[in-house]
Amino acid sequence: MFPELNSILNSTPDSFKSSDFILASDRRADASFLIHHYLSFYLRAGCKVCFLGLVQSFSHYSAVGQRLGVSLAQAREKGQLVFLEGLKDSFGVLLQDTSQQETQPLSFLRSPGAGLEGLFRFVERSVRQSGDGDAGESWGPPVLLIDDLSVLLSLGVSVGAILDFTLYCQATVCSELQGNMVILVRCEEEDADDDEEGSNLLQRGLVHQCNLALHIEGLPTGYCRDIHGQMEVWWRPRGETIYNQRKIFHFKVHDKGASFFARGTSSAVL
Amino acid sequence: MAAPMRGMAGSSNTGNTTSFQKKTHSKLVSIPGTRPSVQNGQLLVSSGVSSLDYVIGGGLAVGTLLLVEEDRFDSYSRMLLKYFLAEGVVCGHELFLASARDHPDEIMQELPSPIVDDVAGIKMSEGQSQPSDPENPDTMKIAWRYQNQPRVQTALVSSMRFGHYYDVSKTMEPELQQAAKCHRFYQLQETPVTKGSSPLPSPYQALLKSIQTVIRKEGFDGSTPQSKVRNVLRLGLHSLGSVLWGDDVCCNDNPAHCHALSTFLYALRGLLRSSLSVAIVTVPSHLIQNRAVMGRIIRLSDTAIALESFRGSEKETNPLYKDYHGLLHVHQLPRLNCLSCEVPDTKDLAFKLKRKQFTIERLHLPPDLSETVSRVSKTELAAGCGSTATGNKHLDF
Repeated sequence: MFPELNSILNSTPDSFKSSDFILASDRRADASFLIHHYLSFYLRAGCKVCFLGLVQSFSHYSAVGQRLGVSLAQAREKGQLVFLEGLKDSFGVLLQDTSQQETQPLSFLRSPGAGLEGLFRFVERSVRQSGDGDAGESWGPPVLLIDDLSVLLSLGVSVGAILDFTLYCQATVCSELQGNMVILVRCEEEDADDDEEGSNLLQRGLVHQCNLALHIEGLPTGYCRDIHGQMEVWWRPRGETIYNQRKIFHFKVHDKGASFFARGTSSAVL
Repeated sequence: MAAPMRGMAGSSNTGNTTSFQKKTHSKLVSIPGTRPSVQNGQLLVSSGVSSLDYVIGGGLAVGTLLLVEEDRFDSYSRMLLKYFLAEGVVCGHELFLASARDHPDEIMQELPSPIVDDVAGIKMSEGQSQPSDPENPDTMKIAWRYQNQPRVQTALVSSMRFGHYYDVSKTMEPELQQAAKCHRFYQLQETPVTKGSSPLPSPYQALLKSIQTVIRKEGFDGSTPQSKVRNVLRLGLHSLGSVLWGDDVCCNDNPAHCHALSTFLYALRGLLRSSLSVAIVTVPSHLIQNRAVMGRIIRLSDTAIALESFRGSEKETNPLYKDYHGLLHVHQLPRLNCLSCEVPDTKDLAFKLKRKQFTIERLHLPPDLSETVSRVSKTELAAGCGSTATGNKHLDF
């Protein structure tokens, strides 16, 4: 959890907006530190977290989580965290001889054209589960975290199927169960002759659905060792605010967190 | 200082120079040819080129995938692959080599020969210290303190060093090469799998199956009981994505199996993460027209570098590049088990292949803009303007 990011976004583990769909995207940069922030944030807040970790192993997230002060292994044991490890199960799904039932979460690896229904059923099961076996452990509102969604494009799933999946998840998690959703999407450069199936199309579709968009990019002036990039925060008007709010910050990622500062005020420059 | 050494020589024959024993954490696996990273404790292996190890943050982490985008004539990327395999032979790691164009045996025969430290005397020492004998002609007269030390070990059988140097003008001796256990996969000799509906096209499916079989059989994923010493498996996959692998991502703008290579890399990374192995994959990226595909492939690997050689291009005659053979671009560095990664100083790197070394140097110096640079202090101006010079001296007006 990054304290500076909490103050920028006006949220703390004790008080945060519910039914929020947060989109983290990047273009030629790496926004995965935001996923670690939200993972530790919601685990501290006591929410039930369903994490689809499609690009890294569980030990990676738990090692970073330890530095940020949460223990993922403990959370998983207690039932607070449901973790789908994509990498570990992927080669098993691809190399098995007989195709098992189609509602396996990773069944899209074998038949990418069929869509993501198996994955959605897995998510639905995880967020609807209440502590049936435990001694009345009730967690907070459910949270769905996905890292990252654009890898599904590389595995052959179409943009339409992914957008359907996110719509189903939003309807279930945000509207029905009053929970939150955080999705990471990684994009390519804006290409003039970009074909229809692209991560840019996916990102535009998701920006249309989300409430808060955090976009990470490199500095427009080039590579700098001490400022790792710029983050653009965009809030969708909700409730009494009628105008779009958009702010830009620079950031630097450390070992134990990230620091955010206004443009031009990095300690390397001053 | 004299007394302990003399006492040591009489009592223990282990060849230690001091009696200080470093207390090693029992959990750390000690495999020859690896070392833990200073940054995040990951187990690293050397890629065979020490300057490349430095550029990618100390070495290749075990369980990760290094993607090398080939240069136009595949000369330097093939050289990197050979360095990687030669390093595996010298450290005693197991190898897995897959290629579609040249037979793996040919690549193995072309491995560069390692440069041995001690030229005179290849005989390995017994390890026992011999008592100083006045009749023995080998008795040292001046450096007699060192008489009881074991001789310099020159055999490469158990090399604990990290990173070696190779002489590219000579090929590795056949005995050394045969001593290494190498699994080979030659695409043109594999029978295509025709049955069933495999999600991946046949060559990639067969390659994935073969890699998984090797990992399981040799116990790299910890499935077999630990009766043998743990070792690292080095995988070298040459020119994936080229037409010889049955993939048309290099020839078509909209290939029929455009996700075959990316799905394969995803599954390969899954296999690597769950075993003690490290892989280097070379891809002919200059043939792939669709830039989005290359971006996806880079995202799916951990470390990604690209080689751009000057041979045959107009940069060959550019005086700026006259000392170098090509440029090295680092496209991606992994963040393993930590938030931040090793951020390089500069991204302008050039390489040069000399006979005994593959050097990578920075081309220009970056502007000196960092948090630790010293700046001319403005306090002498502030003292004249205002009485209170105790404010933040960087923001004084």
